[in-house]
Amino acid sequence: MLTPSLNPVIQAIGRRAVAAVEAVGRVGHFLQDLVRAVPDASTWARPAVVQMRRIGVDSLPVALFIAAFTGVVLALQASYTFTGAVPLYFVGTLVGKTMMLELGPVLAGLALAGRVGASMAAELGTMKVTEQVDALETLAYDPQSYLVVPRVLAGTLMFPVIVAFAIAVGIVTGWLTSLVLLDLSTPEFIKGLKIFYRFKDVWFGLFKSATFGCTIALVGCIVGLRTRGGAEGVGRGAMQAVVYSAILILVLDAFWAVVLL
Amino acid sequence: MIEFQDLHKAFGEKRVLTGMSLLVQDGETLVIIGYSGTGKSVALKHIVGLLHPDAGDVIVDGRRVSTLDREGLTALRQGIGYVFQFAALFDSMTVAENVALGLRRRGLSGEEIEDRVREALALVDLSGTEVRLPAELSGGMRKRVGIARAIALRPRYILYDEPTTGLDPVTSAVMDRLMVRAREQLGVTGVVVTHDMRSAYTVGDRVAMLYEGQIRQVGTVAEIQETEDPVVRQFIEGRPE
Repeated sequence: MLTPSLNPVIQAIGRRAVAAVEAVGRVGHFLQDLVRAVPDASTWARPAVVQMRRIGVDSLPVALFIAAFTGVVLALQASYTFTGAVPLYFVGTLVGKTMMLELGPVLAGLALAGRVGASMAAELGTMKVTEQVDALETLAYDPQSYLVVPRVLAGTLMFPVIVAFAIAVGIVTGWLTSLVLLDLSTPEFIKGLKIFYRFKDVWFGLFKSATFGCTIALVGCIVGLRTRGGAEGVGRGAMQAVVYSAILILVLDAFWAVVLL
Repeated sequence: MIEFQDLHKAFGEKRVLTGMSLLVQDGETLVIIGYSGTGKSVALKHIVGLLHPDAGDVIVDGRRVSTLDREGLTALRQGIGYVFQFAALFDSMTVAENVALGLRRRGLSGEEIEDRVREALALVDLSGTEVRLPAELSGGMRKRVGIARAIALRPRYILYDEPTTGLDPVTSAVMDRLMVRAREQLGVTGVVVTHDMRSAYTVGDRVAMLYEGQIRQVGTVAEIQETEDPVVRQFIEGRPE
């Protein structure tokens, strides 16, 4: 027999467990609706183009800015770490491998979780609390087809494009840094870049970024469409979207490393 | 014909509708009145399947709304226009795009859509506002665009959720005139949810009072005005005690 003082604790644990199971169920239901909405291309095709431009073009400056400085820092830190014990052309190896496999996808993903995920959650949250989502339904639109599919599709397709540019910019700034500050020649940098290069480095990074884009868009949509309670709810939703996306990006990053490398 | 059959709906512990039954006849405008928070808007949302009842149902032209699948709901919604309390216009779209959105879904040609948008905006006296964004409109104009969006679909039914709330008396009278015009010129059956009694008397053929989750009384405007039910009397006279 439990003592009375333990009852509230057990009840709290029970409530949390039920809430967690409900949340998983809601996400499953959401994904089922999403899959069901995919064949309705006449509804999502137009907004998908708008979302691809928004996510792709509008996010590019942020991703490139981060990548540019990451390339500089990587080159300098590599040179600092090698301290003459390792040939300096390995700076090219480290910059290339790190940008392609890890920092390009993950840093861009984390930055865009803030930019894209928060903006999706806030936009859909505002639509939800101002009854625009209900209005869509009364106009015979399926919100999954009109709002969610375009965003998830755009996130999945455009993230690899953004990350590809980010990787290229990071390598270029790493190369420029090596030329100007490290006294490393272009042929040496390229030699380092090519020495352990495998095509898998590229597709692994781009595939990973597609899953990050998909995750960020899904989280933004799920959180946004569950928003309650006016401006405060919208703000809370945007914050939750960023936090959940960032956590999931890091978990996915580790997962793909275990599964694919 | 729309029929509420013993409709029950609760949100958590809060029981909002506790057996609401009501019949809306074809061609009439029925006004549902009641205190704030009594579930008037909740009842309206059940008609288009935006909410699912805990028990009971709404039957629209013989179709039980709660049993409809997505395709069935889409077909049902194509015959119903819904005017939201705060208009619920899409912020990123112009007035014309807002009105055209539902028409595009119905597969009309570009020319037909343009004609319908022009016609609907003229009916609500908003010709010339096509390229403006909702943020550039007053509250009254936004609500009129909401009505234009609904009537452009040429629906059998229009549901108005608090159409005059938050408007000045003159703009409220304009909204009333538009609702009467929609019924007279388009022959639309209307359900209006409001607690504005002046508006209820102007637009309603019949008035139903929702009280504590059920219909307390339903009757013509004259019958409601002469009611001896103390609850209804207190509400329509706006007496605090």
